[in-house]
Amino acid sequence: MKEYPGTTGLILNEPLLWEKGKKGRTGYSLPRRDVESYPVDESFVSDGPDFPDLSEVDVIRHYIRLSQWNFSVDSGMYPLGSCTMKYNPKTNERQVSQPGFAGAHPLLPPHLSQGILRLMFELEKFLVDITGMDAASLQPAAGAHGELAGMLLFHAYHKSKGSPRSKIIVPDTAHGTNPASAALCGYQPVTIKSNDKGILAPEDVSQIMDEETAGIMVTNPNTLGLFEENIKEIAEIVHAKDGLVYCDGANMNAVMGIVHMGDIGIDVLHLNLHKTFSSPHGGGGPGSGPVCVRKHLEPFLPIPRVIEKEGQHLLSVDFPESIGKLHAFYGNVGVLIRAYSYILSMGADNLKKASQLAVLNAAYIKQKLKDTLHLAYGRPCMHECVFSDKNQQVHKVTTLDMVKRLMDYGFHPPTIYFPLVVPGAIMIEPTETESKEDIDLFIDSMKAIANEAKENTELLREAPKNSRRRRLDETAAARKPCLRG
Amino acid sequence: MRYLPHTPEDISAMLQAIGVKSLEDLFPTVPYDCRRTGDLKLPEALTEWELNKHIDKLSNTMAVSPEFRVFLGAGSYDHYIPASVSYLLSRSEFVTSYTPYQPEISQGTLQAIFEYQTLTARLLGMDVANASQYDGASSIAEALLMAVRITRQKKVAVSRLIHPNYRQVIETYFAPTDCEIIELPYTEAGITDLSKINDLENLAAVAVQSPNFFGCIEDLQSSAKKAHDKKALSVVGFTEPLAYGMYKNPGSFDADIACGEGQSLGIPRTFGGPALGMFAAKQKYVRNIPGRLVGQTADVEGRRGFVLTLATREQHIRREKATSNICTNHSLCALAASIYMASVGGSGFKELARLNYDKCEYLKDQLRKAGYSLPFSQSTFNELVVQFPEGFETTYQDLLKKRIIAGLPLECYYPELANHYLLCVTETMAKEDIDTLVKEIVT
Repeated sequence: MKEYPGTTGLILNEPLLWEKGKKGRTGYSLPRRDVESYPVDESFVSDGPDFPDLSEVDVIRHYIRLSQWNFSVDSGMYPLGSCTMKYNPKTNERQVSQPGFAGAHPLLPPHLSQGILRLMFELEKFLVDITGMDAASLQPAAGAHGELAGMLLFHAYHKSKGSPRSKIIVPDTAHGTNPASAALCGYQPVTIKSNDKGILAPEDVSQIMDEETAGIMVTNPNTLGLFEENIKEIAEIVHAKDGLVYCDGANMNAVMGIVHMGDIGIDVLHLNLHKTFSSPHGGGGPGSGPVCVRKHLEPFLPIPRVIEKEGQHLLSVDFPESIGKLHAFYGNVGVLIRAYSYILSMGADNLKKASQLAVLNAAYIKQKLKDTLHLAYGRPCMHECVFSDKNQQVHKVTTLDMVKRLMDYGFHPPTIYFPLVVPGAIMIEPTETESKEDIDLFIDSMKAIANEAKENTELLREAPKNSRRRRLDETAAARKPCLRG
Repeated sequence: MRYLPHTPEDISAMLQAIGVKSLEDLFPTVPYDCRRTGDLKLPEALTEWELNKHIDKLSNTMAVSPEFRVFLGAGSYDHYIPASVSYLLSRSEFVTSYTPYQPEISQGTLQAIFEYQTLTARLLGMDVANASQYDGASSIAEALLMAVRITRQKKVAVSRLIHPNYRQVIETYFAPTDCEIIELPYTEAGITDLSKINDLENLAAVAVQSPNFFGCIEDLQSSAKKAHDKKALSVVGFTEPLAYGMYKNPGSFDADIACGEGQSLGIPRTFGGPALGMFAAKQKYVRNIPGRLVGQTADVEGRRGFVLTLATREQHIRREKATSNICTNHSLCALAASIYMASVGGSGFKELARLNYDKCEYLKDQLRKAGYSLPFSQSTFNELVVQFPEGFETTYQDLLKKRIIAGLPLECYYPELANHYLLCVTETMAKEDIDTLVKEIVT
């Protein structure tokens, strides 16, 4: 009998913060008062916030117990499609916590902050090399923020040519952030369908591309895990009408050292450092979404930009055509340090190898599960593969039931019900940091679940059973929102 | 490479199962003319030791305490972070998990964010808070966009004493829209001059920051009244939430949206990011709020649990009609703030705020005694504006050599304020550091 990682164990209950503690406790060593108390304008003064008073032990136990209710990459395989949940190296955490970085005020004079400026300058160069673009800005704080930066660049480019545009082409397989980011810039998204091979057809693009259209937002590899094979031709169609091509680089983990984004006609691309470049996701951020551009868009990049002058690094705002500032300071520097640490640890060869192994793992899962789960598209996949619950529908078992059961086996579920073009989608992205043994165990789990779907459907519908909480009533949560205590 | 677990045997076995010969053969769908011809030009991979040495070299060039005495605030504050906060924040289960899409195995993050929303709402005196924005700047930009959506008006009045960088971000967000930003000047007392609002119509929001960029406490009662008289929303920003440990919060002045920067609450400065966008509003606007929200519910056995909720506002459901494009937010920073607020506690927060206030008052006192002019009379929190004599720039540079950063020169943000400096002191600055600063300035 195979031993799956999922099991039960003693998990401890823990109330909400304000349901414990007692007035008069503290978990903080208040600094010595070495100045006298000064009068204060009483009309402004309040009683202070209604926070609980807790001891340090109260706080530690509270959060340790909470942490044990979470699944994480450090505890097991997390094949969440489109999210690139690769291992987050611990050396990155060591580097970011160095006092010179952690304690640095963002408005230090440049000559007193050379180290971090140099790091940012070099990281830009690395990202430019990896993508094959010409210049980069590290300022966007997340992928969607990078998309917004990209759309602002589109807007600024056409405005500089005296002809702002009103529409943008977005494929039906795009992340929801794409149309939302475009809409923030006043663009009307025009949806384009992918073809029967799961990719974009040049003739479909050419039918809707016109002089009112700012360009196209393409995710490549796309959210079906397929490479957009016609990208060069599509870029030519868009460029012929003076449109621009945006690439959502969320899936860059498949093609590092393999595809040259600049050469295939991409004008702007954002990267997710918290995906491809190993910085942890933190339960929902912080991330970082640098944008890389070709030469003709460089003048519009956000300010300030890190420049090098006579061997010194400086922050310069002297870019009159810039779209302006996107972040209070320079972006999520802590995440940038982690990405820099990762790139230097990996080097060129290992980055390329990481992409190859990410694709190897996905292709292997696809091969091993294609007789068990329905495969949406038969073409060779890149870093992720997309199945659906079509084969299980006869047993009245859904994607949701299957992935909830997967938790009991000790795996985090894949991304589900996305992309929207595949009903009941199960999108699996193993990443390169999973070993063959763990992947085999994952495959066996999925097969075991498919068997249970035939023989013991109740097991799936009632899953998960090993987790601290079982299925939660999301409808009730939305109908009568309780958002605070 | 230690992060890549595949042995050559594993690779062969997997390639064979797939039915291809080599790793290169895994990419048949990438056309040849889309492929990179040369290798990446990155430096050779470093060992972990070499990397440590390299990073230490970079990090050692930075001017940080205790070697330097840094009297800079302006949206990034030096507050003591307890060891327990940093320790808890390094837990893998929090750090290496994704956005909690699968609630059954993400209850840790979900309860922690529910608690963050609660503590934030209580601190700001608001009904509901979201799970976080990127930073103070994007928070206030999104707040103004939200006000435009709610009121369907296209004009926003923005105080000139909102952090200048935040105002630049607002401009960036508003550039492609047809909305107009109207700047409100400041008074001699160092607070926003609201009189201009009387002549404005079709207003979506009146936005001020308190404490403002000069450290002064705004008249939030008047800004809310002016806004509401014009059927606009009262938006209150902040860069220093610790101030609400002793000063009345935005909610007590009927603010519609309170939003700002939460870096002060247990987050290292790290050259300005990642920080924490805090965002709270009145209950009636909850369906217009940007970003994620965690709500309480029950599982099939009736036990209390938490889920992401009201997702129909968000981009993955609503796409181009979403209230924002935000997806990844700053969850781990929100967790840091929550642990910090829980550790300091209600009583501690009030005491800590008062200590910050008193240290700043002490500095004011010393500066006045040394004969310098403090041009703005309004009450402040832990920052102040001082006018130094003409030519102080030379002294400032000399002080840098003595490892003292004597505040932020204001002239590049406010051209009318030549020789004016924004100084900041928090609880981490000892009395003798303040005395040294004043002594060095005088000599």
